[in-house]
Amino acid sequence: MTAYAETPSPASARATFLRGMRDGAPFLLVVGPFAMLFGVVASEAGLKVYEALVYSIAVIAGASQFASLQLLRDGAPVAVALVSALAVNLRMAMYSASLTPHIGGAPLWQRALAAYFLVDQSYACSVMAFEKHRDWSVSQKVGYFFGVIIPICPFWYVFTVIGAMVGSTIPPELALDFALPITFIAMVAPMLRSVAHLAACGVAIALALVFAGLPYNLGLLIAALAGMMTGAAIEKRSQTEAST
Amino acid sequence: MNGTDLATGAAIDRVDLWIVIIGLGLGSFALRFAFLGLIGKRQMPEWLLRHLRYTPVAVLPALVAPLVVWPGATGGEMDPPRLTAALVTLALGVIFRRTLLAIVCGLGTLYLMLWLMG
Repeated sequence: MTAYAETPSPASARATFLRGMRDGAPFLLVVGPFAMLFGVVASEAGLKVYEALVYSIAVIAGASQFASLQLLRDGAPVAVALVSALAVNLRMAMYSASLTPHIGGAPLWQRALAAYFLVDQSYACSVMAFEKHRDWSVSQKVGYFFGVIIPICPFWYVFTVIGAMVGSTIPPELALDFALPITFIAMVAPMLRSVAHLAACGVAIALALVFAGLPYNLGLLIAALAGMMTGAAIEKRSQTEAST
Repeated sequence: MNGTDLATGAAIDRVDLWIVIIGLGLGSFALRFAFLGLIGKRQMPEWLLRHLRYTPVAVLPALVAPLVVWPGATGGEMDPPRLTAALVTLALGVIFRRTLLAIVCGLGTLYLMLWLMG
């Protein structure tokens, strides 16, 4: 259970795959209850079990699944449901860009498969490991990524079905709603290792709170872009200062 | 990320449902594949790489911050146990740089606080 740190760099793609599985394991706490909730909400909205399952397999992104289902249920036009939910997923393009310097050299089929499985959790876990282990080869990084998704994505499908069939969620007293913030904070915190990183994070948090009320998840995009620009600007300035 | 309060209304039209499932599936894949697939191993310009280095520390905190301050589970009311647990997780993660340690202690803090505050 001493993943994430101190252990020496594994040698092969197989070793990084196993390590990814271990590092992704805590996300079961997040994915299980969240997927189950989607199953319950879907069945309450009149979806059959197989329809809920195909929803989760095709989209594999919780927040946008909830958003689109809710809009459909409210009788919104199809185009509105579709565009709103896609807006919620715009951050995925940022994830894609962020991982490209690391695994862009992999074969096309591997990149396509990785793209399909690119969710908040697999992104957070992988980018953290890739930053820490810059010496990993492309195949080691791809191995790690596919390891991380093993305890995440299959359970997204399985727990959707369980929720849709059982019709009840994990008891709220277990407070597993908060497993998502805690796991993400624990992933990001070790990455805050310079003034530029701290500033990027601080600006992103402040703007995310200020713009929390904006529709289509726009607040998140504004906050993230402003945070990235802050970090990049500080990095550039410190570089030019160091070189003069 | 809250979808529990679906109003009861008419049944969802099946054509609408499948348009959304298929369209959202394809669209989400296109967003995820955009850079990984089309850029691949071509070198990206330095200014873009510099911004991308700060993607994780900007996107993920922006995603989480509203959930910490206004948790859905408490109907958007600020919740001392959840706020404390988030701060403990952050502090331990920054100090010890051990993700699993921070997760375990964060959840421990959450349960302890929820229990103490009844």
